[in-house]
Amino acid sequence: MVLNFIAMKIHGWGKYPYQEACIHHASNHSELRKVIQQGNCIARGLGRSYGDSALSANVISTQQLRYFLDFNPKTGLLICESGVSLADIIDAFLPRGFFLAVTPGTKFVTIGGAIASDVHGKNHHHVGCFSEFVENIELLLPNGEIVNCNRQQNQELFHATCGGMGLTGIILAATIKLIPITSSTIQQRTIKSANLNATLAAFHEHKEATYSVAWLDCTAKGKHLGRSLLMLGEHADDNNLVRSTPRNLNVPFNMPSIMLNRYSIRAFNHFYYQRIKQDEVHDRVNLDKFFYPLDSISQWNNLYGRKGFTQYQFVIPLEDAEMALQKILGKIADYGNGSFLSVLKLFGKANSNYLSFPQEGFTFALDFKMEPTLFHFLEQLDRLVQDYNGRVYLAKDVRMPADFFHATYNKVEQFQKIRASIGATDKLSSLQSTRLGI
Amino acid sequence: MNILILGANSDIAKHICDAFAKEKDAHFYLASRNTTDLEKFSKDLTIRHQVKASYYSFDATNFTSHQKFYDNLPEKPDLVVVAFGLLGEQQLAEKNFQHAAQIINTNYTGAVSILEIVAADFAARKSGTIIGISSVAGLRGRQSNYIYGSAKAAFTTYLSGLRNRMQKHNVHVMTILPGFVATKMTQDMDLPQRLTAQPKVLGQAVYQAYSRGKNTMYHKKAWCLIMFVIRSIPESIFKRLSL
Repeated sequence: MVLNFIAMKIHGWGKYPYQEACIHHASNHSELRKVIQQGNCIARGLGRSYGDSALSANVISTQQLRYFLDFNPKTGLLICESGVSLADIIDAFLPRGFFLAVTPGTKFVTIGGAIASDVHGKNHHHVGCFSEFVENIELLLPNGEIVNCNRQQNQELFHATCGGMGLTGIILAATIKLIPITSSTIQQRTIKSANLNATLAAFHEHKEATYSVAWLDCTAKGKHLGRSLLMLGEHADDNNLVRSTPRNLNVPFNMPSIMLNRYSIRAFNHFYYQRIKQDEVHDRVNLDKFFYPLDSISQWNNLYGRKGFTQYQFVIPLEDAEMALQKILGKIADYGNGSFLSVLKLFGKANSNYLSFPQEGFTFALDFKMEPTLFHFLEQLDRLVQDYNGRVYLAKDVRMPADFFHATYNKVEQFQKIRASIGATDKLSSLQSTRLGI
Repeated sequence: MNILILGANSDIAKHICDAFAKEKDAHFYLASRNTTDLEKFSKDLTIRHQVKASYYSFDATNFTSHQKFYDNLPEKPDLVVVAFGLLGEQQLAEKNFQHAAQIINTNYTGAVSILEIVAADFAARKSGTIIGISSVAGLRGRQSNYIYGSAKAAFTTYLSGLRNRMQKHNVHVMTILPGFVATKMTQDMDLPQRLTAQPKVLGQAVYQAYSRGKNTMYHKKAWCLIMFVIRSIPESIFKRLSL
């Protein structure tokens, strides 16, 4: 068969940048090998990474890799192909009392994408990243060979592939461990904090909570700087696994980007903070609402308008976190065009993967709509992040400078060696990996 | 409920299975020419939905094999979905009748061959449902795909005749008319996003239409209007258009 495909314009979740790409479907392995030999190849699942990490001239879509291959209800071990989404897994296994051990803030990511970005969830401070629950990865190498990588076999390749942004091969299938649960609801506690100091203290005080995440008012200044709502969650144990189907909204068109301005953002943040009257509120919410609040608004990325947006997510090690956040939040509040939802989270210890993002400390994420002054502003934030030994998350990134990346990720060279050893360097690349010189 | 899926390798068929898996005691008989993928798919169904699934070799264009295929099924189906089809290449079909015949036989003749066998059984049992996946391409001939379009037109007409005949036997026949669907068949085409259905949504829509006893269903709904407009264009104008 001739490898002749129509080029399409594709983009990441942030709708910036657009890239002309040939889409190849990962169904036939020998054909895949030929595609990879052309170079400039990267795997792509549901396209939920924000920036340019799943963009390249040749894109290998894992959409056809949609099968569950095996499930053992005694151990919770699930083997599935890499194009299976977290939503597929929840749909199938929540009614049977199983849930993902680690889940990011959207269920519309594939297993392949979750591994490649080594995603984290609201329980990182206890259990670490997604890869902690990955028992095996079936990986197609650039030479067409299919290998199993896990903690016993091809260890280096395993640690490079988890968090490796798809740069070590095409993930075909994986074995992941699901955890048993007895309820489809979460017991939630919301704790209101008036400033940054109180917010960070609340995180430490409630460290034992299984899940924790704070929404933070990124527009508040002065004595209100860093005010937040900390949300804590525990799986309920009411033996009711019936899942109420969440209501669905849609943003079918790009909103005029003028709608998002410093005033509307301030107003939203103000009301969001003020909607909680007491210092502490207890309630019970369904699992979708707790873990995936934005999934109920399909195409919410259209909210930021035609030019798109980016999300800036960084982590600052514990010791200097308060001072660093104070400075960074101050800058963001002055910049004004922050986002509706900014999220603060306490991370546990880093793992041994070469490019995984989390390290012990506080991570903060917020969206910025694209505008001419943005990248210059973010470079100022980069400098602060670097000064405090932090780093920025690759799955969200679309613009970080290469030297900043190399200065903040200290295992890049080892990663590059592994890439070279399997012949991936000049075959697998994304716009991001080229930009960053990975 | 025993559900026979003919052409089970198609993306639409797979999502129809996912939607029908909520039927009580669903048992899927998956049939296709290429069964290597069906082994995986049937396993997937059993894990994903905790239903029964088995698979069989079936070639829509090998007409003489159809009776034996149907007789050999371990249990007779209550629902039959015809999901096989071949888009083919229009320009090749113009030059090469073999290819044209292949398109016609896959989309039409093969469907008639197996469905007459099914219909005879359903009529005798006085129950059953037949769902045919046709296409809006069959609603008016266009130069870009009239071999495929005419075969689908014939299939649509066949289904409506069959529906008429089976009415008195308490057998329901449903015609599905999808427009663009994002599947393997169309993966190399640049389709207008707003008019292109996701196979998952189509699968659920088929199930919903089945539950409501619909006769024909367009998907996406806008195609009903679009095709009304396209069909209303006078032939004297239509023949000059490059569609």
